Amino acid sequence: MPTPPDGPSALGSPARRSEGHAKVTGAARYAAEHTPPDCAYAWPVPATIVRGRVTSVDIAAATAAPGVIGVLTPYDAPRLGTADDPTLHLLQDLSVPHRGWYVALAVADTPEGARAAAARVRVTYETDPHDVTLSADHPGVYTPAEANGGHPAHRRQGDPDAAFAAAPVRIDRAYAVPPLHNHPMEPHSATAAWDAERHHLTVHDSSQGAGAVRAALAALLNLAEEDITVVSEHVGGGFGSKGTPRPHVVLAAMASRHYGRPVKLALPRAHLPATVGHRAPTLHRIRLGARTDGTLTSLTHEVTTHTSRVREFVEQAAVPARIMYAVPDMRTTHRVVALDVPTPSWMRAPGEAPGMYALESAMDELADALGVDPIELRIRNEPRTEPDSGHPFSSRHLVECLREGAERFGWARCREPRRDGPYLIGSGVAAATYPVLVMPSTARAHARSDGRYLVEVNATDIGTGARTVLAQVAADALRVPLDRVTVAIGHTGLPAAPLAGGSSGTASWGWAVHDACTALTARLERHHGALPPGGLTASADTTQSAKQKSPYSRHAFGAHFAEVRVDTITGEVRVRRMLGVFAAGRILNPLTARSQFTGGMVMGIGMALTEHSTMDPQFGDFTESDLAAYHVPAHADVPAIEAHWIDEHDKHLNPMGSKGIGEIGIVGTAAAVANAFHHATGCRLRELPLTPDRVLAALGSAGP
Amino acid sequence: MEPFAYVRATSIQEATEAYASHPGARYIGGGTNLVDLMKHGVETPATLIDLTRLPLHDFQELPTGGLRVGACVSNTDLAVHPLVRTRYPVLSQALLAGASGQLRNVATVGGNLLQRTRCPYFQDVSKPCNKRQPGAGCAARDGLHRDHAVLGHSAHCIATHPSDMAVALAALDAEIELHDGEHGTRRVAAADFHRLPGDHPDQDTVIRPGEIVTAVLLPPLAPGAVSLYRKARDRASYAFALASVAAVLRLDDRRVRHVALAFGGLAHRPWRAATAEEHLTGAVPTDDAVGEAVDAELAAARPLRDNAFKVDLARNLARDVLATLARSAPGGAAPTGRRP
Repeated sequence: MPTPPDGPSALGSPARRSEGHAKVTGAARYAAEHTPPDCAYAWPVPATIVRGRVTSVDIAAATAAPGVIGVLTPYDAPRLGTADDPTLHLLQDLSVPHRGWYVALAVADTPEGARAAAARVRVTYETDPHDVTLSADHPGVYTPAEANGGHPAHRRQGDPDAAFAAAPVRIDRAYAVPPLHNHPMEPHSATAAWDAERHHLTVHDSSQGAGAVRAALAALLNLAEEDITVVSEHVGGGFGSKGTPRPHVVLAAMASRHYGRPVKLALPRAHLPATVGHRAPTLHRIRLGARTDGTLTSLTHEVTTHTSRVREFVEQAAVPARIMYAVPDMRTTHRVVALDVPTPSWMRAPGEAPGMYALESAMDELADALGVDPIELRIRNEPRTEPDSGHPFSSRHLVECLREGAERFGWARCREPRRDGPYLIGSGVAAATYPVLVMPSTARAHARSDGRYLVEVNATDIGTGARTVLAQVAADALRVPLDRVTVAIGHTGLPAAPLAGGSSGTASWGWAVHDACTALTARLERHHGALPPGGLTASADTTQSAKQKSPYSRHAFGAHFAEVRVDTITGEVRVRRMLGVFAAGRILNPLTARSQFTGGMVMGIGMALTEHSTMDPQFGDFTESDLAAYHVPAHADVPAIEAHWIDEHDKHLNPMGSKGIGEIGIVGTAAAVANAFHHATGCRLRELPLTPDRVLAALGSAGP
Repeated sequence: MEPFAYVRATSIQEATEAYASHPGARYIGGGTNLVDLMKHGVETPATLIDLTRLPLHDFQELPTGGLRVGACVSNTDLAVHPLVRTRYPVLSQALLAGASGQLRNVATVGGNLLQRTRCPYFQDVSKPCNKRQPGAGCAARDGLHRDHAVLGHSAHCIATHPSDMAVALAALDAEIELHDGEHGTRRVAAADFHRLPGDHPDQDTVIRPGEIVTAVLLPPLAPGAVSLYRKARDRASYAFALASVAAVLRLDDRRVRHVALAFGGLAHRPWRAATAEEHLTGAVPTDDAVGEAVDAELAAARPLRDNAFKVDLARNLARDVLATLARSAPGGAAPTGRRP
């Protein structure tokens, strides 16, 4: 159980990142910064057709250049075993399922040499007609067995159509979210070294989970897991795109084993959109029926999205509607069409981010239609139990978040839109939610004879502060000062642990760390006299406790407030201020937590205003493939952002009492901004992002 | 990228001689665009001739009251130079609206003028582009072209020139000084330096093979002239112009004595708005008069499927910039010097 509040608690204190100094001084090494002796460099060759087959690969010009070690092609690349993820079956056959699919790999003494060699590989193809364009009425649309995360694709309660038809107030709207890209600051990279004598592969990979990478490499390279070491000590962001093993690490390992040299492969930015997943575009149709007092009587959220022909991934965007509001008659549906596009995958708050943009926009439209304050509308529809499962909430403080946010933001004072010269100023609100996920983990705690403690767990710190927070969890369970604890993470030699994903890391790893440290504390209490030279060790495995099904519906909630300024001359929309209040259980470190919340909110600003990606119908690729064209927010786009949280005590979570905080910051943010845009202008834009072309058109059609 | 030779020139003569003796050579300044294009395989020079050691880093006040800016001056240094900030605010504003601080620190004046379009099809060698490979076709015309030209484009190319600085230079009636080993020095009006694509979209400018941009010459602005740059973009910083406007205005007894108006982001070159200027010269710049003048200019626009918004945007920007200048210009709303 948590240390009593009056105890000397490290948890809850604003401990600074333990590796922060190493990162800002450049001492921290990332995956591409490990260079074993005799290291070679690899550069993949992407397909330049959308769909078809490779008919020949001419490597003569490529291999003729000095320093080129070789070029692997689908004709001669080593045969791989089978992995769960077909996007990793690289260079195994001649088919091209989408543009950007790798069809060769150049390996050379230098990165420049590898790049030049890759450019000289001549590939010929036989092309088939392709289709990359998503539409809600696409003839290939089908209802999948389930959406991402194992959620049922379709859920229905009552008769939402009849309830909608009977409702005195109705909203029936379509919303669209374009494809979005994770674009972590550190592009995906790996350094692989095969040691034939030791029969051992050592890989430094930019990954959210070294364990999953090792498992995939073992399956693909037909090695035992103990023959592989994967290290992900420092990772420069992932946002989901490093949550599964990616082609770069498979290619690096394949090439290292094939050529008998360490091989480094760092993907160029422009390859990321086609090879490391993306947030699939989602087309939403939402129907809300309500009584005149605002009570919801019907809710339908239908999502249409795309997946690739390689692998089905269905963005679970209608799932959050299942837990948000008390509606007796409800239907949530996912439909998908397989297109000749790169395979979509996880991106920060998959499902919740696009789904809550649509749902919270529709709620704003309903509030508008009713003439009810949008906060009040949400409060009136607050459910007692989870609408979908009927389970009680372990804790739910959405109303408190809305009220505290309104107070802090000064909501009551900004209910009238303002005009300031050419600028229209308005404010908006939206709710946020993210599920509580937890996965089994192991950990080991070691008391050294010098009075220090070492905690080991194969967790990954992708920039979140996980390493620091785990030390805090350990210090509390050990009842020792934080500076006596060292945490070792990011290495498959450490006790097995799940990946950093689903905002579940701290809960999953922290639980095991807590248990190991609690067990060690008990051992230490039983131990009398000086510790043996080797110290004392205790281990923990949370498989039983973490897998136990909770009788509760467990989710974090939050509320976003945004004030925007719309320039009627240029159509530029800028956020003036933004504030979020979150109810996410116990906040274990306010410093790193605030960074997680505000980071998510910045990404939400990007989703709302700047991040636009287009699937080129002719060429089948995402046109905006670099950071000059794909506009993540720049500093100038980000105003003062406030993140607050309410004190939430939830006994039904884990020993720390925490909920995940890595993703909820991006959930609802875009709706708050879009709602503020509507408040400012009276125009409703139902497709993201709100770029000047769309804004000018909307303002123009609304009259001067 | 392909291997290439590197020559560091220390004089203009050395540079032009190196160019003459190295087939397939390209000059390089800050390299912020050229090196990217080399990485993408768009540019494959056999030799790079580095001009950054040339003695072209100076500012020189001219006897006429103008300013001569060496071609190797960084974008940052030009933007913050006291004479530029006080006499040519439009230029300083344009520079600071472009790129990022890091890029501006490295990018040179000459290189800024000679940067290539950011059309995604131009930058991707796996797709057809007439600018990169004449005769290959233009993928943008039927492709994604929200950011492309609405004025002066041709059947062969709809690319825009990305420079902000060049738009200000066009409005300032600046001149570009060019030098080649054979013919010596010549000057070209900044507004004429970049070309419209026509049949030869591969030629961005009128520069001749081997010529070096050695300086930009800023003429003196008449007393009372005011200037302004305004740019609209998808994000608040580090984004190319969807449209931009540079303008210089001088009033006399409430009437327009001199006006220079240039658009960025609309065409293959900075678009000097001669028609609008003609309409406005001698007129009182009321909102209506400005609106009519700008509309007359933009009547020539031929928007593509997805970029008609640029015409509205350019109109809004131009009207706003000219109205702002008209309010701030001496001799404007409150007439001066005529009362007894």
